[in-house]
Amino acid sequence: MTDAVITKKRAAPSRSRSRARAEKRFRFYCVGAVLAAVAFLIFLLTSITLSGYTALLQTHVRLDVTYDAAVIERGGNRSADALMGADYGALIRQSLMTKFPNVEGRKNLRRLFALVSDQARFELRDRITANPDIIGKTEPIWLTASGDVDMLMKGYMRRDVPEGERRLDNQQIGWIDLLSSEDSIEKRLNVAFFTHADSRTPEVAGIWGAVVGSFYTMVITLLFAFPVGLMTGVYLQEFATKNRWSRLVEVNINNLAAVPSIVFGLLGLAVFLNFGGMPRSAPLVGGITLALMTLPTIIIATRASLLAIPPSIREAARGVGASETQVVLHHVVPLAMPGILTGTIIGMARALGETAPLLMIGMVAFIADIPQSFTDPATALPVQIFLWADSPERAFVERTAAATLVLLAFLITMNGLAIYMRKRFERRW
Amino acid sequence: MATYLFIIGLLVLSSAAFAAGRRRALAVGANRRLHSRPIHHGLYVVLWCVVPAIAVLALGSFFEQPLLGSFLVVTTEPAVIDQLGGREIFIDKVSALVKSGLVSQEPQEPLRLAALHYLNLQQIVQAGLFVFVLGVALGGLAWGRRALSPSFRARNRVEGFFQGLLIAGSAISILTTIGIVLSMLFEAIRFFQFIPWHEFLFGLQWSPQTAIRADQVGQTGAFGAIPVFAGTLLITCLAMLVAVPVGLFSAVYTSEYAPPKIRATVKPVLEILAGVPTVVYGFFAALTVAPLVRDGGGLFGLDVASESALAAGLVMGIMIIPFISSLSDDVINAVPQSLRDGSYAMGATQSETIRQVVLPAALPGIVGAILLAVSRAIGETMIVVMAAGLAANLTANPLEAVTTVTVQIVTLLVGDQEFDSAKTLAAFALGIMLFTITLCLNVLALRVVEKYREKYD
Repeated sequence: MTDAVITKKRAAPSRSRSRARAEKRFRFYCVGAVLAAVAFLIFLLTSITLSGYTALLQTHVRLDVTYDAAVIERGGNRSADALMGADYGALIRQSLMTKFPNVEGRKNLRRLFALVSDQARFELRDRITANPDIIGKTEPIWLTASGDVDMLMKGYMRRDVPEGERRLDNQQIGWIDLLSSEDSIEKRLNVAFFTHADSRTPEVAGIWGAVVGSFYTMVITLLFAFPVGLMTGVYLQEFATKNRWSRLVEVNINNLAAVPSIVFGLLGLAVFLNFGGMPRSAPLVGGITLALMTLPTIIIATRASLLAIPPSIREAARGVGASETQVVLHHVVPLAMPGILTGTIIGMARALGETAPLLMIGMVAFIADIPQSFTDPATALPVQIFLWADSPERAFVERTAAATLVLLAFLITMNGLAIYMRKRFERRW
Repeated sequence: MATYLFIIGLLVLSSAAFAAGRRRALAVGANRRLHSRPIHHGLYVVLWCVVPAIAVLALGSFFEQPLLGSFLVVTTEPAVIDQLGGREIFIDKVSALVKSGLVSQEPQEPLRLAALHYLNLQQIVQAGLFVFVLGVALGGLAWGRRALSPSFRARNRVEGFFQGLLIAGSAISILTTIGIVLSMLFEAIRFFQFIPWHEFLFGLQWSPQTAIRADQVGQTGAFGAIPVFAGTLLITCLAMLVAVPVGLFSAVYTSEYAPPKIRATVKPVLEILAGVPTVVYGFFAALTVAPLVRDGGGLFGLDVASESALAAGLVMGIMIIPFISSLSDDVINAVPQSLRDGSYAMGATQSETIRQVVLPAALPGIVGAILLAVSRAIGETMIVVMAAGLAANLTANPLEAVTTVTVQIVTLLVGDQEFDSAKTLAAFALGIMLFTITLCLNVLALRVVEKYREKYD
């Protein structure tokens, strides 16, 4: 190598030009690689944002609904049960028929009724159970339109494709145009997306159930992983002598950190569900499984921040007569706490985005209820994304992307918090 | 309700224990110097109060079920038990009914009565257990308090317990590993009772269907794992083709060329790539990249499968970039400046220095980083579940659909499961293979990096 450099020194000017060119080329590759990575990231984020932001709005139809006492009360019964069980779909159908009086025949009527979501009857139900006095009156009310109408209004369903390949035919589009010329069709804020649980009907499917499920799972993960991770980290860094046990634990943690997440799922399935008999699909099991996965991250962060505390602190504490445990508990661990918490938040963020282990323990079921406790069947936000990504309806695509944006927002918040804490509490010794 | 009362009771008792211990220490220490501070005496009594109580509670909950069963049998008329199918079946039926929470809707008269009786008994047994545990806590309190004296080494006892707790905590990570190995080993052994191991390891046919009826067509599923591993290898190679050059050049840029300001922005941006959840990458692959690849192939007249290995591999490569770049960046930074200075002194340009001095010196660390990235790619699940295929194709063509180990594990285990069929057990056999491979890669990578570190430290 030395020889080569010497000959280069004495080379002709053309040689030095080509070396300069090689230098430029190499630098260009390096910059290009960074730009490629950044471009990938921007491409990923924009493609998801572009397909997701439309889910924030949802098409609604304004109809003049008559709260017909004969339909709602069925024989003058105005008890809560009767109001809950009434046929509100009939009210919507009546209102649509008054709006379009010249539509006749079962088949045509069914196509007309398909404009409004079949879940809209629950909106009427909620309206009336909250306020029974309006029975008998007529009022204009905004109801959720069906997913197909939504897709048409958002431009995902093209009008120029042949009629047979569209989910809405020309006559239905004519009705929609008539409604929109009267300002009776409008995109409004999609509240259902943030307040409902999952549903088979895209226009009323929401993420709240999954968010609550994720929350319960994360609570269990934190309750389990933080104390255990802290204890292990403190033991390894502060108390363990270099013996066989501590070396075993150390090697073991390094290896656990690289075990694929799905293997933790297999562990949860075999040990907690089949052997331990814990409930399937429950945040309790999901939380413990994710906690085992997060442990190495927390342990490594704990050790790193304990290591950063200078010996002078320990010596000062020993100097005033603290025992070894007191040195660690009263001085070293409190000083290391910001770093430990930062590591914990980062570990929790990873656990929040994790999907594969949850698939193994059955948190992938279709669950239309919002979970109420740690043992209720639940799903988690990333699993919800996975489930919706599999759905064939076009309307679920934008919901999947929107749920992804929500998940990313949570992760950015958590990581931002970690960065803020690191900046705010970091001490240079 | 009873549970909350119990927890409150235990909390009250333990704070009482703390106060009692502390007060006593202060009293006996009024005219003599205490060995330990009063707070340690208090904690000592709290430990005596809480630890035995919790141990008894755990034991009691463990034996609660069988105990309840025998109580139930003893207090029910034998005729009723015989009518409902004998002792064991009777207990099973009743406890299943109670668990379902539909006792009041059970139409069968004797069974419903028995279940109501069971619920009653359950309440009594639980209350008894709680009272007993609280009694134990009280006894422990008295016992712990008795030992206190000025010369009593309460601090050493408390700290000893605390250290034991730390060791127990560190045992959990060991237990996790043992749990992983044992759980997968047991299920895999059961799998190999159905399918001989050589057929699994060397078979070329993977179609894990087992028949519902014995005379069904294709009733014997084929469990040859070669195509599955070949698919994993193909996708991993594609991912590495993207990740290694991009990651390595980025690392060279951030560690050698970039001014500090740019470095401070580029590194976090690359880390964002690592923080994106894999399910998001999977969605991105299925939504955007796979159609792009298919249409792009169409332009050249190529027939690309809609779940091509190429799309999954590309996106997985993007996901892997930050692993390689951040690990390599660390390694390159660890190369001593003196090597670079020596090279510059000989008249080498910066790129010549990097290519001929820095990178060779950092090579072991970079190899370690790549090995870690490979292990990550092999174990990656969501991207391939969402963007790669299900059918096992033995092919090296990246435009065709292939399947991977993780995809097979997920498809075999999601949904209804029976744990006695080769189909579900195969997932555990694949799992243990996956675990072994990633573990070996990881150990190897750590070894390489360790060796390298010793060289320059």
